[in-house]
Amino acid sequence: MAELIAASGISKAFPGVRALDQVDFVLKPGEVHALVGENGAGKSTLIKILMGVYRRDSGSLAVKGRDIHDFSPQAAQASGMAAVYQDISLARTLTVGENFFLGHMPTGRWGTIDWTAAYDRCGALLKELGLDDIDPRAPLNSLSVAKQEMVAIAKPVFENADILVFDEPTALLANEETEILFSIIRRLRSEGKGIIYISHRLEEIFAICDSVTVLKDGCHVRTMPVADTNPDDLVRLMVGRSMEDMYTIKRSPPGEVALKVDGLTREPRFRDISFDVRHGEIFGLFGLVGSGRTEIMRAIFGADPIDRGEIHLDGKPVRFTHPSQAIAAGIGFMSEDRKNQSIALPLSVRTNINLAHYPAISPFGVIDRTAERDAARTYVDRLAIKTPSDAVAIRNLSGGNQQKVVLGKNLAAKSRILVCDEPTIGVDVGAKSEIYKIFEKLTEGGVAILMVSSYLPEIMGLADRILVIYEGRPMAIVDHADFDEEKLVRLASGLQA
Amino acid sequence: MTVADKLEIAARPGIAALGRLRIGTSTTLMAIVIVLFAFLSVTSAVFPTPENLSNLLRQTSINGIIALGMLMVIITAGIDLSVGAVVAIAGIVNALMLQAGVSMWVSIPLTILIGAAIGVFNGILVHEVSITPFIATLGTLTIVRGLVMIMSGARMVANLPKEFGQIASGSVFGIPSMFIIWMVLFVVTVFLLNYTQLGRNFFIIGSSKEVARLSGIRLRPNIYAVYGLSSAYAALAGILLSSRLSMGVPTAGISYELDAIAAVVIGGGSLFGAAGSAVGAVLGAIIMQTIRNGGNLLGIDPFALQVIIGALILIAVGIDQIRVRRAEKG
Repeated sequence: MAELIAASGISKAFPGVRALDQVDFVLKPGEVHALVGENGAGKSTLIKILMGVYRRDSGSLAVKGRDIHDFSPQAAQASGMAAVYQDISLARTLTVGENFFLGHMPTGRWGTIDWTAAYDRCGALLKELGLDDIDPRAPLNSLSVAKQEMVAIAKPVFENADILVFDEPTALLANEETEILFSIIRRLRSEGKGIIYISHRLEEIFAICDSVTVLKDGCHVRTMPVADTNPDDLVRLMVGRSMEDMYTIKRSPPGEVALKVDGLTREPRFRDISFDVRHGEIFGLFGLVGSGRTEIMRAIFGADPIDRGEIHLDGKPVRFTHPSQAIAAGIGFMSEDRKNQSIALPLSVRTNINLAHYPAISPFGVIDRTAERDAARTYVDRLAIKTPSDAVAIRNLSGGNQQKVVLGKNLAAKSRILVCDEPTIGVDVGAKSEIYKIFEKLTEGGVAILMVSSYLPEIMGLADRILVIYEGRPMAIVDHADFDEEKLVRLASGLQA
Repeated sequence: MTVADKLEIAARPGIAALGRLRIGTSTTLMAIVIVLFAFLSVTSAVFPTPENLSNLLRQTSINGIIALGMLMVIITAGIDLSVGAVVAIAGIVNALMLQAGVSMWVSIPLTILIGAAIGVFNGILVHEVSITPFIATLGTLTIVRGLVMIMSGARMVANLPKEFGQIASGSVFGIPSMFIIWMVLFVVTVFLLNYTQLGRNFFIIGSSKEVARLSGIRLRPNIYAVYGLSSAYAALAGILLSSRLSMGVPTAGISYELDAIAAVVIGGGSLFGAAGSAVGAVLGAIIMQTIRNGGNLLGIDPFALQVIIGALILIAVGIDQIRVRRAEKG
């Protein structure tokens, strides 16, 4: 049995997206195999197909030499596969030991649970792995997030899985725990197990992995030994894509400074963030997941408190303790989590467009229903929101149209500064370019846009300047003329440009 | 069938006239009321008499008023279990004041204010202490029930002025005044929910507190207001009940919260929040009380009647669940 996993020609399409296109992937025993690529390159889709979560459209898959036709997460587990995902999927209120055995607690003579044996076995393994400071009897939620992650990492070792997937395992870990993780991985490798390692942190790939597969836009770019490459080459392979016209918009000459942020800090999320956004300008904020970009947006909007730092609007210092103050000052906010933060799903398009507008059209708390209806109609027309009527519940609209309603909500509230976190998340290509067109018009009218996007072509096409952040700290502000994918990715990975 | 026909219309009563679904619920409920009345008028000689009908309206008014307050709380995805206890304490407090010689024109507004204060206490528990509404109002229910017993010495407070009793027994042009008070509150509630920012805030908060906050809505005043309103409505219901009985009864209002919740839910309210209408709550209360009244007149075993009403609640909630699941699937 030479190969643990042999996948070839794997393709998978979702409505409107070709997530994977003819991807080959091989995992050998005793190999730590890195899987790298930008957001949307197809890494998680590939993992989910390997783990039986998604069904592939075409291609062949063999696990330990056995051809797999119908796969399920249960079947994958039975074949000795285990994945540790970014969000810890364990039972938080149960103890560490119970999580190890989950559903298969050792039993004693009368069929009752043998707690002593369970905790002894669990404790022995934790000690072996160098995790002796974790008490097997402690409820999981009493541990720090990093320790919980270590429990999640130890669990498949305990289950003696021989194909392990670690998806961004170090996102929550400190250096010391990362070292323990690496020693666990080395031990697994020496036992002849196969490990798939996904990480945005390139230095980890060079520290622990044997080979690397690069994916880009759902395609297999190259598989090679880590020894044969270097971080620069890897970045080039990951992003080497031609820019599409779609992301280029007509830019407006920037005016006066609309929003100035100075030394904004919220420990431990972000520190010393300073930049300014001019009227008519689109200012980008780029960073990896967890780099603090969303938190910075929320802090500017008054949704989260800040430790120190100053915010100036049109030259005047402001301090918001509640989003209502930010809205009154002319700031609009589009969250990356549209369904939970931006729109009221069961309510009508009309109500949603007026969400932040009601104080302005409700003298003495009584809604001016004509103004309410007019605002809804105005923005349904102007933004070309596709809906049979503004009385329809917004949950029935497509993602793109929902997002246009969110734009309308901010425009109805007379936002002069638009703070957008991933404005085209979950939005199809057609609606995307419509949203870009709207941005173009808004900046023409002097609106300042501050946007986060993790999709490079988008942020490079739209933004006039980009602030790159890494682990909550500013790396550099890059001007449009100096935009370069490699440079931005390097900065976002904590490497100097 | 066009796309528009298949789309669910927003569960917001403000645009009820456009809403197929909402019209569907109210029309169905209305049809049930008519069928019930027709059936009972044929099968029972007593049912259609003016005496019985005005008695039915008086009986329904108490639960109907509480249900209107409960409706607003449920729209915010909350629940208020303390309303039954507020009914009791309002009856006792008001009766004690009347006994002490306080004019009812003073005692009644004061009692309603005390009710509102209990509601604000619920709001503090829910918003500041982050206790889930179910537990917060359960605690308040228990505390208030204890207070009632302490204040009344577990005895009824009788010998109230005659004019106080006339509130409940009186009628205008043959329409029981209690029913008129209920309908006034109904209009007030419709206005609040559909024409004011406060009512719109209730729906938005019920849809998602985070969306509400990020849309600039301050949660505190709205949460205080909704529980305050619910308790104030319940206090008024308690005053009317004690007027009807011509005394303050310490054990009054037991399990009234459940009847109110049932009325709201039968009327299309959802415990997930952001759905429900005042028309629905009123019709829900009428249906429940009509089944009780009619069942008694037809000599149906009261215990069997209980089974029927329970089943009715389950059917209503079951339909609600299926509706929610359909909507989520899109």
